[in-house]
Amino acid sequence: MKKLTTPGRYSVLLVIIFLATLWFFPMWRIDLKAPQYPGGLTMTIWINDVKDDVDVINGLNHYIGMKTIHKEDFKEFVYLPATIISFIVLGILVFFWNRKTGYYIWTGIFTAIGLMSFYDFYKWEYDYGHNLDPTAPIQVPGMSYQPPLIGYKKLLNFEVLSQPHVAGWLFILSGVVLVSITFYEWKQSKKMV
Amino acid sequence: MKHYKLMLCALGAVIAGQSCKMKDTGNVVQGDAASKVYVAPGKYDEFYNFVSGGFSGQVSVYGIPSGRLLKVIPVFSVNPENGYGFSEETKPMLNTTAGFVPWDDEHHLALSQTNGEHDGRWIFANANNTPRVARINLGTFKTDEILEIPNSGGNHSSPFITENTEYVIAGTRFSVPLGEADVPISSFKENFKSVASFINVDQGTGNMKIAFQIALPGMSLDLSRAGKGPSHGWFFFSTYNTEQANTLLEVNASQKDKDFIVAVNWKKAEEYVKAGKGTKMKTRYYHNKWNEETHSATSELEQEVLVLDPAELKDMVYMIPCPKSPHGCDVDPSGEYIVGSGKLAALIPVFSFNKLMKAINDKTFEGEYQGIPVVKYEAALHGEVQKPGLGPLHTEFDGKGNAYTSFFLSSEVVKWSIKDVKVLDRVPTYYSIGHLCVPGGDTRKPYGKYVIAYNKITKDRYLPTGPELAQSAQLYDISGDKMQLILDFPTIGEPHYAQAIDAKVIKDRSVKIFDINKNKHQYVAMGEKETKVVRNGNRVDIYMTAIRSHLTPDNIEGVFVGDEVYFHVTNLEQDWDVPHGFAIKHAANAELLIMPGETSTLKFVPDRTGIYPFYCTDFCSALHQEMQGYLRVSPKGSNVPLKYGIGDTAPKAVAAK
Repeated sequence: MKKLTTPGRYSVLLVIIFLATLWFFPMWRIDLKAPQYPGGLTMTIWINDVKDDVDVINGLNHYIGMKTIHKEDFKEFVYLPATIISFIVLGILVFFWNRKTGYYIWTGIFTAIGLMSFYDFYKWEYDYGHNLDPTAPIQVPGMSYQPPLIGYKKLLNFEVLSQPHVAGWLFILSGVVLVSITFYEWKQSKKMV
Repeated sequence: MKHYKLMLCALGAVIAGQSCKMKDTGNVVQGDAASKVYVAPGKYDEFYNFVSGGFSGQVSVYGIPSGRLLKVIPVFSVNPENGYGFSEETKPMLNTTAGFVPWDDEHHLALSQTNGEHDGRWIFANANNTPRVARINLGTFKTDEILEIPNSGGNHSSPFITENTEYVIAGTRFSVPLGEADVPISSFKENFKSVASFINVDQGTGNMKIAFQIALPGMSLDLSRAGKGPSHGWFFFSTYNTEQANTLLEVNASQKDKDFIVAVNWKKAEEYVKAGKGTKMKTRYYHNKWNEETHSATSELEQEVLVLDPAELKDMVYMIPCPKSPHGCDVDPSGEYIVGSGKLAALIPVFSFNKLMKAINDKTFEGEYQGIPVVKYEAALHGEVQKPGLGPLHTEFDGKGNAYTSFFLSSEVVKWSIKDVKVLDRVPTYYSIGHLCVPGGDTRKPYGKYVIAYNKITKDRYLPTGPELAQSAQLYDISGDKMQLILDFPTIGEPHYAQAIDAKVIKDRSVKIFDINKNKHQYVAMGEKETKVVRNGNRVDIYMTAIRSHLTPDNIEGVFVGDEVYFHVTNLEQDWDVPHGFAIKHAANAELLIMPGETSTLKFVPDRTGIYPFYCTDFCSALHQEMQGYLRVSPKGSNVPLKYGIGDTAPKAVAAK
């Protein structure tokens, strides 16, 4: 069982710090702009909440039969914090255990969490954009309102821009650090052989 | 020489086949005027200009330098456009001891001050006819408070304020006997008083309270200004009719060579009040307050006022002789100079506060007026502006040592220097200017960039609109040595005084919505599930909500002819600029215009059976046209049950038995 390199070991703490920002900054932001909203509307997604102009957006949804967004409807806001906290605790073990194997497993778990999260987010967006009330006042044949996972899209009179927020970027950066360090550790161990 | 010119001109005219032309605006406006007043789309004006509405009873708000009308704030007159004075919540605002008064004549405005500068908290407005003072909230641009003034007639020299908003003033223009005394009009000299009310302002809430009234001899208190800096603690009033005439004032009040500027030492008055001096007088006046949480006004009867007699309480009031029926009585930014504008005088006297204090200390008096010492004119005089123009009315300052005086008769603004009382420049106004306004011109730190003229006569300024015309205002750039006319714009009502404040001071504090969670209205419906209809005798209360794009409930049955129906409509929106309106057929009042988070009530007494449509009057959304409903009114005593709902819950037809 090989020990971690010093940079490898301390990268564990770095990743933990990055992930801790999830409780202080939003993960994602979706900006909307329309002629009636010159200042734009913003919805921010946190690890355990949706904030900012959610109420205003909910006030508009009924025109096209979209469901309104309520914090209570998302099991993710319970599971995700629990998962990340467990992951951080695991990280502390990896740090003290100080073995490459631990780090590889940790990276593997993170990759799984990351992929699951994005898939879940996409699935929610799909449902939100497609599952429309059949009695909605405005019905445009063939139109769905799925916001982009990341990037820009025009939906009727709204322009939509979706992108990571501070904690989201740091989450992505955590992934980059984990994969890079894993690669680095793996190379180091080969060198030693 | 002049004869030659005239003859030459006449000859020229004959040759050219046209008459000589007098100077008009065509050659007054210079090249770059347009760029100075152009506010590009999407950009904002530099100043908010609050303009008194005169006989409209309201306060209008213009952007400067564009001259665009931004808003009309309902104050002393009803406003069917948004239900002010028609909704149950706003009716108490216009309550007086004479009952509900739907109109008044609004003359002057005073922005609240801190350390002699506009602070943007409130603006005060006077009602001249039924004496009152109003306070407008500059967060909501709504009238928050109206205080009736007892012992007053013609509340004209009002609502001028002290440099920390300690007091708002209400001075009587049409002196009347105290109380509600029935005396012969010819007993003016014995019985009539000009009362100056000092209204205390609570610095937190802004709430007003009459601290004391000074019962001055019967005359006309025209305008007033508080001292500032060194003269803080004093208040100055201009007067006319010190002849004490009670008929044909046009002639009889213009006899004396000099009237007075009344100098009131209000710090001294405060001492007398503290010492328990003065007479507590039984009286009655209403005090109306708006509550932002209940979205409702309350009207409370006050029954006592403290009256101070200046003939008895010495060292509190002095008179300064001032030529010919002064109108303006303006204190310069330093607080040292007091400018009297005798509207029938051919000069402008400028008094010195230091000299006035010295004259009072040395008792340099020329006599007494009804027991009040009269300071010798020369002893208080700093200097006279000679031949400034005809009919000086009002003066403001640019903070660079210059004064700007309006002249009604010669229809011009004259710029002069305070120190050496010399005329520097003059520009015509169109036509017959009343008051003028330099943004911050009554403060310690004016923004000496513009002067705005508010004129009394319009004539040919704009496209004609029949006999009744808008009033005209002109904007001048005063940043250079010469004043330059840059804009002419029409105004509503009849503006008297106006004030302007740097937009930055209030712009970002402007309220966008009312928080629905703070709505404490007695009849609020906090969501559609809370909507209901409750009958109590012949009173029916409808707890209704409005949100894009439906009113809940929108089908109501079981209301009878003669019922008193109250629609309490709560706007559930929490987004900026999404008001909903409410109107119902045959309602004998007006509509409601309900801001997000607010509840408003419309009273409706149906006088015949039938189906009454109601709807949203403010185009709120793509489905605004669908935002409508029906009220069924049945004969009195019929057995139609009270039912209401929307969609699935709407009353259904009862199956035949």
